Amino acid sequence: MEHYNMNLTLKVWRQQNTRTAGRFETYKVSEVSSEMSFLEMIDVLNERLTSEGKEPIAFDHDCREGICGSCAMYINGRPHGPWHANTTCQLHMRAYKDGDTIVVEPWRANAFPVIKDLMVDRSAFDRIVQAGGYISVNTGNAVDANAVAVEKEKADESFANAMCIACGACVAACKNSSAMLFMSAKVAHLSLLPQGAPERNTRVVNMVAQMDKEGFGSCTFQGACESVCPKEIKITSIARLHGEYLSAGLTSNK
Amino acid sequence: MLNSKIPPGALENKWNDYKGHVKLVNPSNKRNIEIIIVGTGLAGASAASSLGELGYKVKAFCFQDSPRRAHSIAAQGGINAAKNYQNDGDSVFRLFYDTVKGGDYRAREANVHRLAEVSVSIIDQCVAQGVPFAREYGGLLSNRSFGGTQVQRTFYAAGQTGQQLLIGAYQSLERQVALGNVEMYARHEMLDIVKIDGKARGIIARNLVTGKLERHFGHAVLLCSGGYGNVFYLSTNALGSNVTASWKAHKQGALFGNPCFTQIHPTCIPVSGDHQSKLTLMSESLRNDGRIWVPLKPNDTRKAADIPEDERDYYLERRYPAFGNLVPRDVASRAAKERCDAGYGVGNSKQAVYLDFASSIQRYGQAEVSKRGLSNIDHAGVMALGEEVVKEKYGNLFDMYQKITGENPYETAMRIYPAVHYTMGGLWVDYELMTTVPGLYALGEANFSDHGANRLGASALMQGLADGYFVIPYTVGNYLADQLAVKSIPVDHPAFLQAEKEVSDRINRLMSIQGKQTAESFHKRLGKIMWNKCGMARSEEGLKEAIEEIRALKKEFWSDLRIPGIVEEMNPELDKANRVADFIELGELMCIDALDRNESCGGHFREESQTEEGEAKRDDQDFAYVSAWEFKGEHNWELHKEPLEFEVAKPSQRSYK
Repeated sequence: MEHYNMNLTLKVWRQQNTRTAGRFETYKVSEVSSEMSFLEMIDVLNERLTSEGKEPIAFDHDCREGICGSCAMYINGRPHGPWHANTTCQLHMRAYKDGDTIVVEPWRANAFPVIKDLMVDRSAFDRIVQAGGYISVNTGNAVDANAVAVEKEKADESFANAMCIACGACVAACKNSSAMLFMSAKVAHLSLLPQGAPERNTRVVNMVAQMDKEGFGSCTFQGACESVCPKEIKITSIARLHGEYLSAGLTSNK
Repeated sequence: MLNSKIPPGALENKWNDYKGHVKLVNPSNKRNIEIIIVGTGLAGASAASSLGELGYKVKAFCFQDSPRRAHSIAAQGGINAAKNYQNDGDSVFRLFYDTVKGGDYRAREANVHRLAEVSVSIIDQCVAQGVPFAREYGGLLSNRSFGGTQVQRTFYAAGQTGQQLLIGAYQSLERQVALGNVEMYARHEMLDIVKIDGKARGIIARNLVTGKLERHFGHAVLLCSGGYGNVFYLSTNALGSNVTASWKAHKQGALFGNPCFTQIHPTCIPVSGDHQSKLTLMSESLRNDGRIWVPLKPNDTRKAADIPEDERDYYLERRYPAFGNLVPRDVASRAAKERCDAGYGVGNSKQAVYLDFASSIQRYGQAEVSKRGLSNIDHAGVMALGEEVVKEKYGNLFDMYQKITGENPYETAMRIYPAVHYTMGGLWVDYELMTTVPGLYALGEANFSDHGANRLGASALMQGLADGYFVIPYTVGNYLADQLAVKSIPVDHPAFLQAEKEVSDRINRLMSIQGKQTAESFHKRLGKIMWNKCGMARSEEGLKEAIEEIRALKKEFWSDLRIPGIVEEMNPELDKANRVADFIELGELMCIDALDRNESCGGHFREESQTEEGEAKRDDQDFAYVSAWEFKGEHNWELHKEPLEFEVAKPSQRSYK
């Protein structure tokens, strides 16, 4: 792989806290190596700002290998930047060329208030899980793991949904700021398994109710969420969710 | 001073006997008892949910924005359990034995046996929670092999086993939050332990959003705050992973066990430049199918694919025919370093070896051809079929490699090099997981207890969940049963106010230095000292130099650090500086420990102690003990030794040949 250096212009959203208004600041960064990750490029800028006595850009990040779901930057109008099935931390600078201007914003959604700069509050996701995104089994209650066989196909599909990292890119990409892809992934993960069957009806009803309460928008099935999902969760999970919800309404006693 | 509280009796009966006689807390009393849990990875989340289910009032803290993001999530390959579903000769005893041997006879037998016993329940529990482990077509669970073993006992979910296990534990935790049994404090960092009458009774935490300090009471405090690999700056740990919680406990009287025992993982993506912020692991499971090699000729600049088979050196298969590419991590790492140091390394930096899938892709491709009854398939067709199989097994890892390096690992051999991955050392705990401070516990990677001098692959997840789901619910009760008379202590108690003031004073001291250098730059320099002198090979001379360099660095840190911003608001630079300050002190202790241990064992390789063939030479005569260090004051520690007695797994020189 050929490596090269580049000079870039960054326009970054700066916001002191939830209560104050934000604005774009422009920064020039030079000698950026194509081998750097996007966050390492921000690190370099932050080191410069810090040694100048200025506050560095605040952003969420942790594992830097695409699995913890912390990083969340809206880059040139697209969550996590230009690469398919990718997180911000795994985006590398060879995606850009010398002279490029890059606009970096936080996730935009009412249910995700900005905490500072590029950092948002995604605790609404935790509350949606609290509403029913689990199987109620206390420690020690389990039978032997091989006592219940699970069709491989279903187990694989359940896993494909369980891969969701709760980054929130689906919400950020959606014009309605809907959390349907996130929630449908959790519902699919659990309802595809026999272990999840007993709570199938209450789970979907309660989780949908919580999602509405948090102020996420409705789904109009445009598919923006699917196209930016780092873990390639399919929009068919939302279709499955509709089925689950409908069937819960028809069969539930509550 | 050190009482490991190992129950009497035969090894295989100890845990059962303990459980049968341990003190219990009745349900109505549990409601009045508060427990603080710091960290929400596998150990913390499983402990929080299990203790919440039992009826204790739990407060859980994590510095991430959600408990689901703790670094356990990044564990890739799998989790061991002695299920023997493969009928290949596995048993609780074998898992116990492999773990003690793999740890190079520096772990406690009783703890390891308990770990092997509860391993089977972990898999049951996780499946019941809906963890979607890999399955066979018959619907039953699938297993694979990991290093240092000759059975298939590793359960997995593609290359995301840690993620799936953590989500299982996280969901159980959130269920307890919904039920009101657990109160969750995300974006909070513990900055000190509060002790009253010698017992741990609470913590001081910083709300990372507002910058305000908070005081929290607990009848017991559980540290589940992970390992300290980031002392090396570059490691496979998440950037936020830190030693601060453990270090504060250490300074409050908890002894630190085997601090120098660090795991250097053999298969990581090599460093590409000075900008590098972290290293990425390529799961050990890749060694099931990938073959590791370097060119036979030194300084060979040809591309991997252009080097013919007879000009390649599959050095692990050559040196260790019995285990081949599946030797334990410490052995594989040292072998890679040996080849690179001798001039056989590959890539631009020459600090890398190849991990090659070509022969597996071909083998799987041919198997598919016969399975599907295909004929007239050319080589490219066979390889395409083989690629599909490899993609299903390791797809996410291959994708990650391609994103980072820009190279396609299905077509070109991957370049890998060892990197810091895990720390076997940690807070010293007894059989009940209690530190030397009464009421203060350490679980998971934060303690030192189960992996000796080298952890086997797929055992970290096992230990984290064993401690949280199946050990602490029993052992913490044994302590709390004697604490029923203690009412919740109000947080305006003088001990709380004093602890808060000390934390606040330290923060103000850091902020007021107003020097020129960033916390990050100090961290990088510390990492270089540690990697060069307390890394894969250690010598008396190097360690002595390192200690002096670290002391000088500490002085410089406290006189020339620069933190922008203010205290009472979000300030990530301040948080980082707090952590780096602790890493610097820890680094000194690690070097002191490595210097004391003049033997090679597991991940700790002293150049002075090796065989003629360059293998690690253990010294059971003089070093069959756990080093437990007591903090006495700046640059001053006292060593306590816990002798290790092996009644069942008799120490032998480890051989994987």
